[in-house]
Amino acid sequence: MEATLRQTWAFLFRGWHITRRYIGWVVVFNFYALVTSATVALIGVAQGNYQLTLTLVVGALLWNYLSWLYNEIAMSIAYERWEGTLEYTFMAPVSRAVHLFGVSLFSLLNSIVTSIIVLVGLMLFTNLNLRGVNFFGVLVVLAVSTMAFVGLGLFAAVFPVMSAERGAEATHIFQGSLLLVSGVYYPIDVLPGWLQPLSAISPATYTLSACRKLFGVGNSNSTPEYLAGAPLSAVTHELLILALMGAILLPLGLFAFVRIEAWAKKTGKLKRTG
Amino acid sequence: MQQPAIQVRNLRKSFRKRNGFRKKSELWAIDNVSFTVGQGETYGLLGPNGSGKSSLIRVLSTLLIADSGYVNMLGLTLPEQQDEVRKIIGRVSVDAAFYKKLSARENLLYTALLYGQNARQAERRAIEILEQLGMENAKFSTPLEEMSRGMQQKISIARALMINPPLLLLDEPTTGLDPKSRRDVQLFLEKLQSREGTTILLTTHDMAEAERLCVRIGFLAKGKLVAEGTAMQLMQHAGAATLDDAFIKLTGEELVEEEMVLVEG
Repeated sequence: MEATLRQTWAFLFRGWHITRRYIGWVVVFNFYALVTSATVALIGVAQGNYQLTLTLVVGALLWNYLSWLYNEIAMSIAYERWEGTLEYTFMAPVSRAVHLFGVSLFSLLNSIVTSIIVLVGLMLFTNLNLRGVNFFGVLVVLAVSTMAFVGLGLFAAVFPVMSAERGAEATHIFQGSLLLVSGVYYPIDVLPGWLQPLSAISPATYTLSACRKLFGVGNSNSTPEYLAGAPLSAVTHELLILALMGAILLPLGLFAFVRIEAWAKKTGKLKRTG
Repeated sequence: MQQPAIQVRNLRKSFRKRNGFRKKSELWAIDNVSFTVGQGETYGLLGPNGSGKSSLIRVLSTLLIADSGYVNMLGLTLPEQQDEVRKIIGRVSVDAAFYKKLSARENLLYTALLYGQNARQAERRAIEILEQLGMENAKFSTPLEEMSRGMQQKISIARALMINPPLLLLDEPTTGLDPKSRRDVQLFLEKLQSREGTTILLTTHDMAEAERLCVRIGFLAKGKLVAEGTAMQLMQHAGAATLDDAFIKLTGEELVEEEMVLVEG
């Protein structure tokens, strides 16, 4: 048990020190996340429509959290391939479950920090009044959807194991597709009909739908001064789907990673390139 | 009778290579290789680039799964008991792979934690090893990217040894090092072997290094182990005056391809 805790800590230790050494880039990425979110939210402000602003703010905030989480997990393997250290991680007597749990934990902490920065920034830019939002409900939805997104991150982390060059590209294509189909900034029904079924299999779709209800978006009782955030019971449907997705994606992502690792060891794909 | 540290029997590993559209060919990286390394022995594998040395080390390091054959390391078989094997091996590869922005200390502490070790104890051991390798303590906090290749390789050796492995797999650990660093590493390995009885499997291009460090040497060429014995036995077998000549006679290949390219370039 003590050894497992140390191994989990190893990934937090590594992540912290890498973040510290690349602090300039961390500031740049957070600045960029804040600016792109504010740019989107200001479209609502320009329209003088607080409901539109709120829709965009919730979209920007949640997308930052979920995409950061997914991206950090997936890219952590890509970073290891670029540095050439993946072989040493795979050679260490650490189980893949502990390895990926440690990586996911650090990614989660990172995404929480970025989300707080974006939230504070958005409040400064939009002057939104968040009284009445069911924040507890939002946290519950985020906690449940985190499982599904960690699972997706593990799936995406498989790509850099398969190919050092193409893996990171595939990870970003997958992330872009999620942004397109999940209704982050617009309702899903504006998508072409042939794309709409894909939104049903994206966990982000349900996270956004639930959080918008909990923020009071689209609720006729909401006013600019007081938002009528829905109770948690109003998002039971979304929560159940997210929990089911998490229960499937998390073990499946781990399984896929272990299988691809074995495949890479059979075909010699782990060898450092570049 | 003491069991061997490493037993390799009829090991084979091939890679598929694409030759144009829809055409694939099979390249044998390891072709029916068998050898045994006794506990506490330093065994050398000599061969030119592409002879299968690194593939062999990667199989023993659990990073590559062989097509067929038998591998046993201190009673543990691969790939079935790879989780257990990982606890008893340390590996140094020709490319010292680290988080280059992190300091030597941070890289080594990360490894210690990854192996579930007490970070402070592991740090003390790493400092001892680095001091023996002739590295100043002050360099411990320097980012790896600011270090010479020789220094990075010394950190790599400390990383492999700080977990106290009974089996050390060294894949061309001195390639590209300056003469002083090369001598420091060789001296350290000699002391390590005599003091702690660590079993060492060493691949190298360097004949003098193999003669100095290895009790027995195997010649690898095109994935096959073509000869094996002490340096003296190999020279006698080939009727050659030097190990270099013995290698050329027994394998039909030059060993120092890299140096030749440099001269021509």
